[in-house]
Amino acid sequence: MSAIAPPATAETAPPTPDYSDYQLVPARHPWRWVGTVLVAAGVAAIAWSLVTNPRWEWGVVAEWFTAQSVVNGLIETLKLTAISGVLGFVLGFILALMRLSSSPLLVSVSWTFSWIFRSTPLLVQLLLWYNLGYLYEKISLGIPFTDVRFFEAQTTTLISQFAAAVLGLTLNQAAYSAEIIRGGILSVDQGQLEAASALGIPAWKRSTRIVLPQAMRAILPNAFNEIIGLVKGTSIVYVLAYSELFYTVQVIYNRTQQVLPLLLVATLWYVVITSVLSVFQYYIERHFSKGALRTLPLTPLQKARKFFTTHVAASPTKDAR
Amino acid sequence: MSIIAARKDSAAAAQVEEKKAAASAAAPEGTTTAQPASADRPATRGQVDITNVRKSFGATEVLKGVSLSVPPGGVAVIVGPSGSGKSTLLRTINHLEKVDGGYITIDGELVGYEVRGNKLHELREKDILKQRTHIGMVFQSFNLFPHLTALENVIEAPIVAQKRSKAEARKRGLELLDRVGLKDRADAYPRQLSGGQQQRVAIARALALDPKILLFDEPTSALDPELVNEVLDVIRELAKSGTTLIVVTHEMGFARDVADTVVFMDQGQIVESGTPQDIFANPREERTRSFFSKVIEPAFNI
Repeated sequence: MSAIAPPATAETAPPTPDYSDYQLVPARHPWRWVGTVLVAAGVAAIAWSLVTNPRWEWGVVAEWFTAQSVVNGLIETLKLTAISGVLGFVLGFILALMRLSSSPLLVSVSWTFSWIFRSTPLLVQLLLWYNLGYLYEKISLGIPFTDVRFFEAQTTTLISQFAAAVLGLTLNQAAYSAEIIRGGILSVDQGQLEAASALGIPAWKRSTRIVLPQAMRAILPNAFNEIIGLVKGTSIVYVLAYSELFYTVQVIYNRTQQVLPLLLVATLWYVVITSVLSVFQYYIERHFSKGALRTLPLTPLQKARKFFTTHVAASPTKDAR
Repeated sequence: MSIIAARKDSAAAAQVEEKKAAASAAAPEGTTTAQPASADRPATRGQVDITNVRKSFGATEVLKGVSLSVPPGGVAVIVGPSGSGKSTLLRTINHLEKVDGGYITIDGELVGYEVRGNKLHELREKDILKQRTHIGMVFQSFNLFPHLTALENVIEAPIVAQKRSKAEARKRGLELLDRVGLKDRADAYPRQLSGGQQQRVAIARALALDPKILLFDEPTSALDPELVNEVLDVIRELAKSGTTLIVVTHEMGFARDVADTVVFMDQGQIVESGTPQDIFANPREERTRSFFSKVIEPAFNI
């Protein structure tokens, strides 16, 4: 700017006019409006085509969406997800503790487990478990890291489709969740363990009451990623001809030839499950962020309530004021 | 608080006396000479005897045969340069750090070991944890449990380690928070508290097990200067309560006010120890003198 100010202004600065009665006018952002209109038009076009293009066959989708066979498939999918998810994370927790232990044997066993199950395709693992009878005619040995109840329920001679599916998904899931849980535990400051043991708190309580609740903050986002992956991952057990959601719709469209609408049926259900899980994730993460944030963010419900109390209910009081 | 002047030459003793008077004025309850800190309540428990303790990390020997006795209710303040082994010594007292040689007893009972035949066998985890409930520890970085409120932090160990009832632990916990001046912040989480408040909660947490001995590992080093005193004041109060205190600190004024015994450590050894008077005003060893000449600002008073 002007390095040399006119000497006149230096001597007598002009009086500042009084702007206090002027109205403030925010800056205009015309391109923001152009962008908004373009995106809105695009979204509308997609929505329009979904509604008007008859080939989507929404009628067929609606017809099959709650059909008994589809619902049965859905239940099987949920069952596989819940069982393999829970068992996978329990086993993953044990593997994580093994990996963090000071025993070299436990560390290497845990490492090898993760290495093998993360290095082989899930598809291959499932087929292998299903065909285990070919490799070992008698299953007299217990297979490591399995929930024994399944084998008691099944005959000892063959692994059923369900058992093979659970086995494959669980072991695969355990390998991944072990790393997630280990990462979470490592994220907790060493001083926490030290303080807890200085206070005479026993080792198991140190893990469950001090370390895990803090580790959960790091574990949860990844864990929900895994669970959501698992929901859709269960569709891979169609190779075992196990009648979960995806296999069920395949069977139906092979018969009716309405391929896309039936795939949509399955897809929509996966979307529903994932959405419900996301809601759970929000509230569970919120629970474990206690103490980590100075103030917890409001839940959507609280936000709505606040909106109503401040904007709707408060308006008469505003007048009163 | 005041920062006490000390000079290399003991000829400056008179001048130091002057500063001491100033220190006493700034801190009314300050004790400037070694005397049983248990003046208010005679202490009968909490005798600590450290005998020839050695400890190495890899090739570095951080404790080279340290011996120290602190009587029941005594207040020992350990000072010295970084890496002198002060904190390690403190951590051996509750067996957070295992010794490589020597032994430590509390009221005659070996810490972390038991005698079987003519050998010292390390105790099982369970028994070590039980011993630790008699020894409270306060850390430089507070180490409060961030997912628990102030009160929950204080009552965690009484409930889990001592199996006290929740109602009883809460009642006692609130008393302790009151004692450190934080009763109204009982439901706050550590992150909602200032550093000084967090450290006071940590002191209440250490007191909740009703320990015979309290160990302070540089309790004010992580604090902003204006928060140091609120923590030191709490420790001053404790010094009069008859609990044995062993404090590692860089706060020389505090050491002078509160300690019965000041211990100067350097390179894994106790160079000298004695009353604050002896150590600050008339250090015998050259190493002690040169240390104090660096850490204590000459002739600076508030």
